[in-house]
Amino acid sequence: MSLTEQQILRYSRQLILEQVGGRGQQRLLSGKVLIIGAGGLGSPAALYLAAAGIGTIGIADCDNVDITNLQRQVIHHAEDLGRPKVESAAARIRAINPDVRVRTYGFRVCAANVMELVRDYDFVIDGTDNFAAKFLINDACVLANRPFSHAGILRFEGQLMTILPGRSACYRCVFRQPPPAGAVPNCAQAGVLGPVAGVIGCLQAIEAIKFLLGIEGLLTDVILTYNALPVEFRKIPVHQMADCPVCGKDPVITAPMDSDQPICDMEGSK
Amino acid sequence: MEIIVNGKKIQLPGPISVGPLLALEQVRMPEMVSVELNGRILRREEFDRTILGTGDQVEFLYFMGGGA
Ligand SMILES: [Zn+2]
Repeated sequence: MSLTEQQILRYSRQLILEQVGGRGQQRLLSGKVLIIGAGGLGSPAALYLAAAGIGTIGIADCDNVDITNLQRQVIHHAEDLGRPKVESAAARIRAINPDVRVRTYGFRVCAANVMELVRDYDFVIDGTDNFAAKFLINDACVLANRPFSHAGILRFEGQLMTILPGRSACYRCVFRQPPPAGAVPNCAQAGVLGPVAGVIGCLQAIEAIKFLLGIEGLLTDVILTYNALPVEFRKIPVHQMADCPVCGKDPVITAPMDSDQPICDMEGSK
Repeated sequence: MEIIVNGKKIQLPGPISVGPLLALEQVRMPEMVSVELNGRILRREEFDRTILGTGDQVEFLYFMGGGA
């Protein structure tokens, strides 16, 4: 399969990049990326991956668009209020690029369905907003051997890391288990600046594209932190832990599990 | 004594373990962070018995659960 004339024009600005080219574009067009959470992180990631011509984009989210989402979840518009997020995200992706096949999963990702879901994809983007989901996605991707991008945001800060299961540190290597409920505030309580989600979500999209293209230098074995106030990016090296409960030598987690921990609730304070 | 916390040099009157350093750096609860010392993630049990010395590099990695 070769690129059509329209595709050559559409992707011309990235086709001329040495690291992309015609072969790279073919890779992107046959690539499959799953985005879990069509929110602050998932919105920019989905928009840019669609524009770049990722052949299959999966979107998982069980929520409907709410007016409080529109400050940062830029894939959803005012006219989408009340609509399932997977539907408005899918509509926007299709409107940007008819080359993209969109698959929607309008249900809650949980231990019972996460393995099957991630196995269908080459790369997974964690755009969820709670620790239960972030640990679930880490465990599932490690167990199913699916590379993924983890990220988190809060207030004026964000961080992300890319995990190549078995080859680089996983989320649990660094953050062994979810913090106790109430120890860490979430965005609803503590707030978040919309473009901060945009910065981190875009970085996740870049990681997905680099992975599909086979470009070196992923954010593996490193946590990239971003603080918008002093405007500071830092890369903190991390390592795979031999005693990691999921990717270590003698793992105790051998199947994904649902956490019974409620999404933390407290007044935001650091 | 000088150590480096999250990339910034800080001056301390003398040796200190990780627990009190968390308090000094206004980390309200140890459960809020993962602590990396010279590239190695510490277990929580190690916080109080790990004494920091001159030149040690400490990273507080904060849990960040937001995304939507
Ligand atoms: Zn691990």
